[in-house]
Amino acid sequence: MSDFTGNFWHLFVAGITLVGIIACLILLWFSGKAKAMTANDNTTGHVWDGDLREMNNPLPRWWVGLFIITIVFSLVYLAFYPGLGNQPGKFGWTSAGQYDAEVAKANEQVAPLYAKFLGMPPEEVAKDAQAMAIGDRLFMNNCAQCHGSDARGSKGFPNLTDADWLHGGSPEKIKETLVQGRIGMMPPMAAAVGSPDDVRNVAHYVLSLSGSPHDSLRASLGKAKFGACAACHGMDGKGNQSLGAPNLTDDIWLHGWGENAIVNMINNGKTNQMPAQAHKLTEGQIHVLTSYVWGLSNVKAAAGK
Amino acid sequence: MDPQENPPRKIVPIAPAHVPMAVDEDSTEQVISLYAAHKKIYPRSVQGLFAYWRWVLVFVTQLVFYGLPWLEWGQRQAVLFDLGSRRFYIFGIVLYPQDFIYLTAILVISAFSLFLFTAVAGRLWCGYACPQTVYSEIFLWVERKIEGDRTARMKLDAAGMSLEKLFKKAYKHIVWVGIAMWTGFTFVGYFTPIRELGMEFFTGNMGSWEIFWVFFYAFATYGNAGFMREQVCKYMCPYARFQSAMFDRDTLIVTYDEARGEPRGARSKKADPKALGLGSCVDCSLCVQVCPTGIDIRKGLQYECIGCGACADVCDTVMEKVGYPKGLVKYSTQNAMAGGWSREQTWRRVLRPRVLLYTGILAIVTLALLVSLAVRKPFKVDVVRDRAALARIVAGGQIENVYRLQFMNAAEKPLHFKIEAQGLPGLKLVTQDDVLVSPTESRWVSVRLQLPYDAAQPGSHPIHFHIRSYEEGEAVVGEIDEKSVFLVPR
Repeated sequence: MSDFTGNFWHLFVAGITLVGIIACLILLWFSGKAKAMTANDNTTGHVWDGDLREMNNPLPRWWVGLFIITIVFSLVYLAFYPGLGNQPGKFGWTSAGQYDAEVAKANEQVAPLYAKFLGMPPEEVAKDAQAMAIGDRLFMNNCAQCHGSDARGSKGFPNLTDADWLHGGSPEKIKETLVQGRIGMMPPMAAAVGSPDDVRNVAHYVLSLSGSPHDSLRASLGKAKFGACAACHGMDGKGNQSLGAPNLTDDIWLHGWGENAIVNMINNGKTNQMPAQAHKLTEGQIHVLTSYVWGLSNVKAAAGK
Repeated sequence: MDPQENPPRKIVPIAPAHVPMAVDEDSTEQVISLYAAHKKIYPRSVQGLFAYWRWVLVFVTQLVFYGLPWLEWGQRQAVLFDLGSRRFYIFGIVLYPQDFIYLTAILVISAFSLFLFTAVAGRLWCGYACPQTVYSEIFLWVERKIEGDRTARMKLDAAGMSLEKLFKKAYKHIVWVGIAMWTGFTFVGYFTPIRELGMEFFTGNMGSWEIFWVFFYAFATYGNAGFMREQVCKYMCPYARFQSAMFDRDTLIVTYDEARGEPRGARSKKADPKALGLGSCVDCSLCVQVCPTGIDIRKGLQYECIGCGACADVCDTVMEKVGYPKGLVKYSTQNAMAGGWSREQTWRRVLRPRVLLYTGILAIVTLALLVSLAVRKPFKVDVVRDRAALARIVAGGQIENVYRLQFMNAAEKPLHFKIEAQGLPGLKLVTQDDVLVSPTESRWVSVRLQLPYDAAQPGSHPIHFHIRSYEEGEAVVGEIDEKSVFLVPR
């Protein structure tokens, strides 16, 4: 409940609180008994600046009643809610507990909705306007931080709308990505490829695969050295989704375009991670998000929305 | 600065002063408690010009308060503050929380109206329009109808419990609770559609917060108008305490013409007061009996006086009866009383700088509010840059920035929004340029802008979105520009 390790401060806080309340009561009792001297014209006889006289208007008695109500309220409050040192109070209320209860209640309210979506295949969910509105919110809150609010990503963060998939674009694969996360690892390949010049040649060969501007002489020299890359990217450079190896022939450059970017990648490699969402989102939410992301690149199929 | 140049400070010691009043024979010192028991006040009913106007104000304010939520505007309640969906409907206008400035303007106008009225005529608000006064008046009327006027009520309260007393008291409280509940219900009806609320009330389906607020407001009405009454004005109301800042010697207040009235005393109707050495005041004490705050206006201006004019009304009645001129107790100013001014002389002093200043500010703010409402466009657009990507390079060497545009439709019909991006040569909108937003809804749309590589220096470039809103059928509703920036990476 709190960060104090010993018991002293709890007792100190509780003591001060109770002593304060009791002191208020005693003060009230005394002031009720006390009498004041006053002149008959209801002044105290004090005069300032020659003509400002201090009045002696008594407080209405019902005001004391309000004081007593606050004291009773504070005691009742302390009995039921935390406040007296480390006493949790009769209700055992905590702000974290209230939050959990509210989340649980909200989840209970939306449960039938998600149950309905869970009973539908993702292709159907993607056509449901309500599900897609939910999906849009989920995406904005959980995915847009990296993939952008339009899901088109940026350097290092894949575009989810272009039908180019590192790990597969079927609903099952998308769900797998969401649940488990993904780690894309390109090892440093400079040693396997050869000299720095060989690396540049391979870079030009890679550029040639997608028909990007390149040096054709270097590209033809690089082709021989591409064998080192083919283990993952395939002989034809079309990649391998089961390994998460990107297709190099489609003019989509997740980590930057051009000779320098490719040379850098071959020399240093890169590890890119998509974090797992299973612990953050419920099964229903992941199902709706799967459908939403699948719908992004299957616009025709999802056009029903 | 040389300290010797300072004028010597006047120091007045705080010390019990030997007040000359001590000579007075009844001014011996006495011992009092720090707390005063509540003395119930039994205001006597009163008729007259000011009482008439007080009732007019009661009817006007309550007709507005109780009636307004029942008015319909098209398919909806004319005045509804929908806190849940954060839309505020006031007749033809739909306000968003972003229109909060209008509430500020209304509060400023209310404050300066108070200042103006107070400077001119004292506690007009307190005496005639304040809900505390108005509901006390209504509750008092009920009390009078059931228990009788002042003397009857005093007698009833002093008497022991009897079947009749029990009946009268129970009857009164039932009527009070009824009025209070209706008031609470009406209040909540400004925030929840009142017709549905009524249905829910009768079918027992009211939401817990609605029940709470109905009962809370009902309890406040019942307590304040039935029991607290003048105590609210005397001990709780902050306005009662700072209004003296708006008062001056030309402010209309309820005054007793001491020069004419004193020495007071009872006399036979036929007797000549001059021969008896008496003033006009017949010392009937009716002015004290009718006072809702229980003060004696003949002691001069007191902070408890709410300026309702009940004493002026009743004194005029008495003066008429005994055949003296009216106006022994009347609305007048301190200057007018001191100088014996005529009515015209008094009114001439109304146009003093303080009043003109309040009027000027009030007029300016009111005009600003009206103009602002008149030229208000029934939609808003917010531009927020995407939080993920500053900029990206896409196929064809284009530089792309992503924005999220929020379109807020404050009209009660669907609106189209035509988007154009301007401010940089070659800037192109690649997403849909036309967005449809349902009535009174708001919608987020992500928008992408592209710029050819090398079309601009790396860095931040100011751009703006030109938004043209039109109805179905091309009737243009309005156009606005919203600023943003386009980032070109290095």
